[in-house]
Amino acid sequence: MSASTRRILPGFNLSLGYTLIYLSLIVLVPLAAAFIKTSTLTLEQFWTVTTSPRVVASYRLTFGASLIAASINAVFGFLFAWTLVRYSFPGKKIIDALVDLPFALPTAVAGIALTALYAPNCWMGRLLEPLGIKVAFTPLGVLVALIFIGLPFVVRTVQPVLEDLDTEIEEAAASLGADRWQTIRRLLLPALLTGFALAFARAVGEYGSVIFIAGNIPMVSEITPLMIITKLEQYDYAGATAIAVVMLMVSFTLLLLINGLQTWTARRTGKVR
Amino acid sequence: MSAAIASNWSGIGAERFEQKAVTREPTWVKWLIITISLSFFALFLLLPLVAVFAEALRKGWEAYLAALVEPDALSSIRLTLIVAAIAVPFNLVFGVAAAWLIAKFDFKGRQLLTTLIDLPFSVSPVVSGLIYVLIFGLQGWYGHWLSDHNIKIIFAIPGIVLATIFVTFPFVARELIPLMEAQGKEEEEAAIVLGASGWRTFWHVTLPNIKWGLIYGVILCNARAMGEFGAVSVVSGHIRGETNTMPLHVEILYNEYQFSAAFAVASLLALLALVTLAIKSVVEWKGRQVAAIQ
Repeated sequence: MSASTRRILPGFNLSLGYTLIYLSLIVLVPLAAAFIKTSTLTLEQFWTVTTSPRVVASYRLTFGASLIAASINAVFGFLFAWTLVRYSFPGKKIIDALVDLPFALPTAVAGIALTALYAPNCWMGRLLEPLGIKVAFTPLGVLVALIFIGLPFVVRTVQPVLEDLDTEIEEAAASLGADRWQTIRRLLLPALLTGFALAFARAVGEYGSVIFIAGNIPMVSEITPLMIITKLEQYDYAGATAIAVVMLMVSFTLLLLINGLQTWTARRTGKVR
Repeated sequence: MSAAIASNWSGIGAERFEQKAVTREPTWVKWLIITISLSFFALFLLLPLVAVFAEALRKGWEAYLAALVEPDALSSIRLTLIVAAIAVPFNLVFGVAAAWLIAKFDFKGRQLLTTLIDLPFSVSPVVSGLIYVLIFGLQGWYGHWLSDHNIKIIFAIPGIVLATIFVTFPFVARELIPLMEAQGKEEEEAAIVLGASGWRTFWHVTLPNIKWGLIYGVILCNARAMGEFGAVSVVSGHIRGETNTMPLHVEILYNEYQFSAAFAVASLLALLALVTLAIKSVVEWKGRQVAAIQ
């Protein structure tokens, strides 16, 4: 089949060559540079840099807050997608369009807006202060920023699956004695997990929306991407790269996981790309 | 990732669920769910958006306009436009070539290539900037050669453009690949068999079919290119009036406690985001119309 296709449509060699060269120049070679640069460190040096107490504290915050934010988004994102698909109410179209705001709004803008909301004496900050809750310049602030960034990932993965869910499937399942939760869970679980993983992956690498609200207190509210910036500002290129390589390996693992989840979702919902 | 999942869903039709007993909740459950999810929406999405404009206009229109026409602000706007004007066309051409390759041909490693194209989405913006510093920075591979020849890439505009191309790399391709795969290759094959040249086939058969997806990919790519912060921050060097893009200018103003001015520049970026979302809604609506006709 492939041979005959190539003979009919032109441009295989041209588009293959162009794609590979451009991909290599822009993405693959620069990424390889990070790994090559790290190899100038001995294993021991690499280990010392990437497990120093301040860096470990940043891992704890980055991964902990990302996990909690993705979980909160999984719950509320699901409810939100459900609301958008199942109910009609005024203003729905505008609200639906605004779900993508975190994709479109530059992260620095989101960062300063959230800080303005949650700083003491400001909008939400003033409401929360009497309750003894401090959001801005604490790990809680990091969490708020990561919830903002991750929400559309869950909504936009769950929404099309809910949308495609035929009323007939639910009726048939109900007449066969399955309760509604069983039906929904079986069909939606893969999509929900994909959305969760996408939101988590985005949150782990997030920088712009977090650094303004985090306050960046060493050992308390520093995220891992900030540690890279800190090392760079001290001209410690090898150290910065070592932490970057740790983050890259996490990203690659998550990317593979997400690919697997997407294949699973496609199989469950009967759509194969 | 974001572009792919944000696209193509059919939108309307909540009535079909609300009219049937099996798929209908008791009224109080329905309103409880609506209340919870809309409160969450208002708190986490709407409020930050409102805050940007409210803070920007806190000192009145005159202060707002003054913050925008200030020379450093103007030069940051100019630089942002230049960077987007270079980065977007590069990724547009790549996106079309990659989508043509992946959607119209079967070859070994096709799946792997699709995954590799997605790679920049999963890399932290800070790391995206760092990798270019490692290659072109003074400590980097070509650092000495470049400084000997008086070529500046890092802490100059070329570095900003490169980092921007990296972070917006997958947008157009991600949008076009599923679309072109769904459309198959029969129409193009027919055109070729009837004697049209490859370019002619592309312009007259493929392009009209993918028009709306292409526009969609380009506006998403453009929004990210103009708004990128982390990657650009690493390679820019933050030289006022020279290598500051709009998001970096916002950061500087904010750190200097010029909050109203920071939010004034930020409000321009927020407007860009709203325009992007509006165009996206129109494009999706058009796309649905085309799908309905076909």
